[in-house]
Amino acid sequence: MSTQESEATQNLTLVQSVRDALATEMERDDDVLVMGEDVGKNGGVFRATEGLWKEFGEDRVIDTPLAESGIIGTAVGMAAMGLKPVPEIQFSGFMYPGFDQIVSHMARLRTRSRSRFTLPMVLRAPYGGGIRAPEHHSESKEAFYAHEAGLKVVIPSTPYDTKGLLTSAIRDPDPVVFLEPKLIYRAFRGDVPEGDYEVPIGEASVRREGSDVSVFTYGAMTRPSLEAAEELAEEGVDAEVVDLRTVSPMDREAIVESFKKTGRACVVHEAPKTGGLAGEITATLQEEALLYQEAPIQRVTGYDVPYPLYAMEDYYMPNAARVAEGIKDAVEF
Amino acid sequence: MSTLERDPRESMVQVLDEDGSVVGDVPDVGDDELVEMYHNMKLARHFDTRAVSLQRQGRMGTYPPLSGQEGAQVGSAMALAEGDWTIPSYREHAANLVRGMGLERTLRYWMGDERGNSPPEGVNVFTAAVPIASQIPHATGMAWADKLKHGGDPENAYICYFGDGATSEGDFHEGLNFAGVFDTPNVFFCNNNQWAISVPRERQTASETLAQKAVAYGFEGVRVDGMDPLAVYSVTSDALEKAKSPGEGERRPTLVEAVQYRYGAHTTADDPSVYRTDEEVERWKAKDPIPRLEAFLRNQGLLDDERVDAIEEAVEEEVAAAIEEAESTARPDPSTMFEHVFEEAPPDLAEQAEEFAAIREKYGDEAFLEE
Repeated sequence: MSTQESEATQNLTLVQSVRDALATEMERDDDVLVMGEDVGKNGGVFRATEGLWKEFGEDRVIDTPLAESGIIGTAVGMAAMGLKPVPEIQFSGFMYPGFDQIVSHMARLRTRSRSRFTLPMVLRAPYGGGIRAPEHHSESKEAFYAHEAGLKVVIPSTPYDTKGLLTSAIRDPDPVVFLEPKLIYRAFRGDVPEGDYEVPIGEASVRREGSDVSVFTYGAMTRPSLEAAEELAEEGVDAEVVDLRTVSPMDREAIVESFKKTGRACVVHEAPKTGGLAGEITATLQEEALLYQEAPIQRVTGYDVPYPLYAMEDYYMPNAARVAEGIKDAVEF
Repeated sequence: MSTLERDPRESMVQVLDEDGSVVGDVPDVGDDELVEMYHNMKLARHFDTRAVSLQRQGRMGTYPPLSGQEGAQVGSAMALAEGDWTIPSYREHAANLVRGMGLERTLRYWMGDERGNSPPEGVNVFTAAVPIASQIPHATGMAWADKLKHGGDPENAYICYFGDGATSEGDFHEGLNFAGVFDTPNVFFCNNNQWAISVPRERQTASETLAQKAVAYGFEGVRVDGMDPLAVYSVTSDALEKAKSPGEGERRPTLVEAVQYRYGAHTTADDPSVYRTDEEVERWKAKDPIPRLEAFLRNQGLLDDERVDAIEEAVEEEVAAAIEEAESTARPDPSTMFEHVFEEAPPDLAEQAEEFAAIREKYGDEAFLEE
């Protein structure tokens, strides 16, 4: 996977590794450019594009008017002409004004034109809750994009994966929605190689091996899932934690393989339960591994309410305690 | 006075009067090209008539007719240089044919075969966009990419077509606003055909004209008689030239408002008699672009009865050949449905393709096809 294993590493936060991936790919490929509101001189509201404007100039790190459909729609035009735009939407909760461009064109241009026109673009957005943000800044709507054929949807959970996955996304000949869990933008650091490397899109990663129950999760929820697994280990429950990394295409093989080993599952995401990807994972296990199933599959998710203002968000977001309850329900059935 | 009542000649560029006499500056177009313009317009009109008829006979799906708009489409498209790009809406069959999209492809698209929406390699036409105004930001992005790739000095111009209804959409504003800010080589060509399905132009905007909206984006807006192909050619040529090499202090983009009329329904699924009068239609038919250009060409000695007859005959043959070709093309193989989603199908999709192939193999295509 890593093409330059021996190279020096840096200790970066997740958001720094976003910046590192962008800089590395922009250095490597003149067609890559970054565009969006505040991405230039300001370096992005989360500093994901810090310093790029100075390094690559205003024609490659472009401050655009505040217009989500305009940002995504013009990126579609640029990508169709062979550039590799990486538009940023400042918060995923603001993607809706550009939704028509995402589903009608970004996802469909290859199909509509029978591959005459293709879109090597990556739509980035900080996503998810837990940072005490105002209204419409904390949504977790990855299921919208995963439901749309023609899009790949990536959600990293570590600095290493972030750089490798974003690099793969930029090099992908097809459009990718890259959702960055902003709760863990700066929550911890990790070793990230200085050179370029790819983490393949569509492959899950087993973060903790275990034999009693499988926890399927991704993004910011990987940490409370691991935390719960460690806590329960003290009580004698050996949980395996699988981080999907890409929610579309989903690594069904890894999911099924883990479940066949444990026979029990708890799926964790912060998105609302109804229509969420936990349902998709559950259905996959019903289709592929019914006879291995020892207990009902548990779903630990956000509630079916609009994302609450921050006085209540700690109660909305799944935490280690809720994950532990879900695991116990699966194990004790 | 409502827009529909107002004399459309008001503050509009015009070259030919309604009777074809010259009232403005005739653009520099060669004799052969003038006859070709007439030929293309006749071809588009005949194609349109036949396409509506095919739909009525159940040989084609829903189709958006263009009759009345031949002058705007052919006049503008003929002004383009070979390398320039056309970004159409879904009604630009005539503009597209001028740019090298075969009529059989247009037919196939409306017959439900997506291959018809894949312009041949080397034909600089973008795919037809059905969601209103959504192609406008694409046009800006394409023009912007050209400018970025060539150090700020773009090689080509990008003409984007849309209707009057599109000017109410956010994408119109966002696309034109980006074009103004980044000074991209765009021509935004609004086919103001007076009606967005049943909603009249006055319900789209309180602005006196659509062209004046350009002021808000910091570039020029021009109003032209869209049923006067020579005026359209002239205005579009100027706009294309400015897009590629603007004069001192000029911005590259232009918004052209081509004032015209859609004679028929919005699509074959629509019945315009519900929302407009025969009298109104007749009043606009008096401005028909085809007899206007024909009268001009006859006055110039470029056309006579014999040549007109020959063109009519040629046009009928061309359309018949296109229909024959479209209808004799085999349906697309259904497995190709899976082939144009991603460059490489992810495992789930590959599995669905296999499942589909197996069930098709087992039951045969007759089990799937409606008869």
